[in-house]
Amino acid sequence: MGHIGTPTSRVDGRAKVTGTARYAAEYVAPDLAYGVVVSSPVARGKIRAIDASAALAVPGVVQVFTHENRPSLAWFSRSWQDEVAPPGSPFRPLYDKEIHYSGQPVALVVAEEFEAARHAATLLRIEYETLPHATDLGAAREEAYEPRKKRSGIPPPAKPRGDAQAGYEAGAVKLEAEYRHGFEHHNPMEMHAATVVWEGDGRITVYDKTQGSQNCQSYIHNVFGIPSDQVRVVNAYVGGAFGSGLRPHYQLFLAVMAATQLERSVRVVLTRQQMFTFTHRPDTIQKMALAADADGKLTAFRHEAVQNTSRFEDYQEAVVNWAGLLYKCDNTLFDYRLAQLDLPTPGDMRAPGAATGLIGIECAMDELAYAAKLDPLEFRLRNYSEIDQDNNRKYTSKALREAYHIGAERFGWGRRSMAPGSMREGGELIGWGMATGVWEAMMMKTAANAVLHADGRVEVACATSDIGTGTYTILAQIAAEALGVDLARVTVRIGDSDLPKSPVSGGSWTAASAGAAVDAACQALRKSLFKLARGMDDSPLANASLDRVVFDGGAIRLADDEARAVALTDVLTAHHLSLVEEEGAASPSMISSMRYSRYTHSAVFAEVRVDAQLKVVRVTRIVNAVAAGRILNPKTARSQILGGVVMGMGMALYEETMPDHRFGRFMNHNLAEYHVAAHADVQGIDVIFVDEPDEEVSPLGVKGLGEIGIVGTPAAIANAIFHATGKRVRELPITIDKLLD
Amino acid sequence: MSDTETLTRLSTADADGESVTLTVNGERHALRLAPWVTLLDLLRERLHLTGTKKGCDHGQCGACTVLVDGVRMNSCLQLAVMRDGCEITTVEGLAEGGRLHPVQEAFIEQDAFQCGYCTPGQICSAVGLIREGHAHTAEEIRELMSGNLCRCGAYTNIVAAIEQAMGEQAMGEQPAARGDGR
Ligand code: FES
Ligand code: FES
Repeated sequence: MGHIGTPTSRVDGRAKVTGTARYAAEYVAPDLAYGVVVSSPVARGKIRAIDASAALAVPGVVQVFTHENRPSLAWFSRSWQDEVAPPGSPFRPLYDKEIHYSGQPVALVVAEEFEAARHAATLLRIEYETLPHATDLGAAREEAYEPRKKRSGIPPPAKPRGDAQAGYEAGAVKLEAEYRHGFEHHNPMEMHAATVVWEGDGRITVYDKTQGSQNCQSYIHNVFGIPSDQVRVVNAYVGGAFGSGLRPHYQLFLAVMAATQLERSVRVVLTRQQMFTFTHRPDTIQKMALAADADGKLTAFRHEAVQNTSRFEDYQEAVVNWAGLLYKCDNTLFDYRLAQLDLPTPGDMRAPGAATGLIGIECAMDELAYAAKLDPLEFRLRNYSEIDQDNNRKYTSKALREAYHIGAERFGWGRRSMAPGSMREGGELIGWGMATGVWEAMMMKTAANAVLHADGRVEVACATSDIGTGTYTILAQIAAEALGVDLARVTVRIGDSDLPKSPVSGGSWTAASAGAAVDAACQALRKSLFKLARGMDDSPLANASLDRVVFDGGAIRLADDEARAVALTDVLTAHHLSLVEEEGAASPSMISSMRYSRYTHSAVFAEVRVDAQLKVVRVTRIVNAVAAGRILNPKTARSQILGGVVMGMGMALYEETMPDHRFGRFMNHNLAEYHVAAHADVQGIDVIFVDEPDEEVSPLGVKGLGEIGIVGTPAAIANAIFHATGKRVRELPITIDKLLD
Repeated sequence: MSDTETLTRLSTADADGESVTLTVNGERHALRLAPWVTLLDLLRERLHLTGTKKGCDHGQCGACTVLVDGVRMNSCLQLAVMRDGCEITTVEGLAEGGRLHPVQEAFIEQDAFQCGYCTPGQICSAVGLIREGHAHTAEEIRELMSGNLCRCGAYTNIVAAIEQAMGEQAMGEQPAARGDGR
């Protein structure tokens, strides 16, 4: 008991600090061959000719795969659509001679050694016929359209309320502005990789960098026609993903294709450059039009966004779905459109839609607060919404007001002077800014099982993943709590398609979903163990009922006389059992979702120091107060928020992938030129979890934490920069050049 | 195949390569290697010491940091032949017997990682940093650790872990860092 809610070090910590945790590219197999991917240098066109002779002549080269010698593959688009695919026809690697985007994989060179494959890949001669391409959202926005088919799981923009135009005109203070954030790439530290082990009898074991082993398993089945029971996908350790591993990507396809064609084990590891060639956070333009009356009450909120997608899929995210539920306003209008570019399909990246949308919303709210001469926090409090006005529903819980107050208190917000540029220290301009964060608290149908072994070991299993989120640890805590055993006695098995059914790990739903499933399995196991214990000769529990016993210290005890107990191991011994196993499942409650809205909230406060002359910006302090229901493990939970905040700093100040529109290609496709926050950039982050009991949101009262840390952080920093410098930069990231002129 | 099973392989290209002798985590390896094999790929693909990570292969991320004669280096920027005769310590060589190195202990206690992929590089870099003796404040640690990126954003806790390990070492509570090479 007492495991849930206790700060607990990661159960996989030792494996990670000693280098024994194995990631996708780290499994060994006899006779392993290495595949190196060749990428298209043109953005749109056709392959005219391929000359592989020089590549094939390199000693050790086994084969060069292109669209000319690929095996037969699924025909229907449906077969290529994975569990989280947006509407459209997914990209098919090596399918035909068409080039859809720069960086598209066009060949896989397989050799006995990595170095030989890498060298031979440079010798492949490919002739292209080029066609005109477009990679500029600024130009393509003219042709933006409302996506015809909605992406499942992404609610369309809320219906308009009142009359946004009239409300805008009636306002005493107004703001109309356009905000933009360019492309971002996930860049997990581990590059996408797949090791496919040829097991010799047609079966393959696939170690892939993915957020969903079962999603990949069915993709392989659907695309290659390999029976599912001959494919096992393992992702026991995932070196970060942030959404890049939600869908099956081409490293998986190419490694499986090569292994099954060559009937030997194959490893494919992408290069860092190739990490910029499959998914990205889309380029986004947001148009805001807000007005408030003389009391600082919103009279109109209009939020329109256009984002890029690819030519073949309508990727969608919830960019404009937040203002209507965050702020009380009777006149609203929300609009969301897509424009097609010759790029790979964008994908979910940490808090997709919200991380972006809240830049527009929260920077605009800050601007309007200044127009109304109101403290930005006070302005938000005046427009606080107690209900989800978009759907006219109550919240399962919403401790955002508390988060505002506790965060402001810790930050010292009360000492802020309103005028921009008014807080100075030596040659540094100090700026304090704040913003709100919000994310949906989701839960997905998930199954798990729980086993008690005769030696007292507990094993829980579920096909979910730990992408650095701490899943291993919280599941161990949940099992230890339910069964009253030491944490060290619990083994968690996840990241394997053979295990009980789980969706991809993403959207912050894993703790609520896999957690509830494991708890359900453990509760079932409690029931069986209790029954067995009661049936033992002279059992002290003979007359007890399940609600009158506790599981503690490895035993089942009478609640009012804990000395009277049966050890769990004795239960199995008495019945000559080597193990007892139970299954459990959890799904969201339909009735509850119709009655309540469920969201996580945060209040982010940021301090920046800007060099008055050089305009170098440093973020010196962040206070992030998070209301996310029940916190299972404050230690790993804090890390989730720290990570989100750091990525939010990147979004505010550093991260943007820049295309050269002449070539239709991202130019800064490496970690030296795509700058992510480094040690020297990060200091003084303070995370607060606001008390928020919530019995309704999910069985364990959990809301999830993977996304909320990033949401609001970029706007808080942008607003702090305005406060420091008096300059509104509406195009993020806010790099020095934008502050200099 | 079991996780611990290792396989040795010599390629056609390696057979007539250069002869190189390296001591890795105290174990001597006499190898014939093609000159284009990096130290990182040697460790990961031929010696199956996959604790050392590849995050960019271009010296831009620090995931591949190892200690070469006690000095921290990006192993992706070293050709193995350049390090003939050197002593290499990887993350697998830091613990003594079953006992973790103080930096490893501190990383677990401070939750100084999430996905764990940058972690071996951060740890080796931290051991090198402590040995260099130039970092005395959190700010100096941040500056001198900036070659090691962490996309999970565990920086705050990494610095806390390094401070903890440095503190323990200064107080002499823990044995000095092993893996110094000389
Ligand atoms: S892999 Fe060597 S620095 Fe990135
Ligand atoms: S822990 Fe994931 S990159 Fe550092």
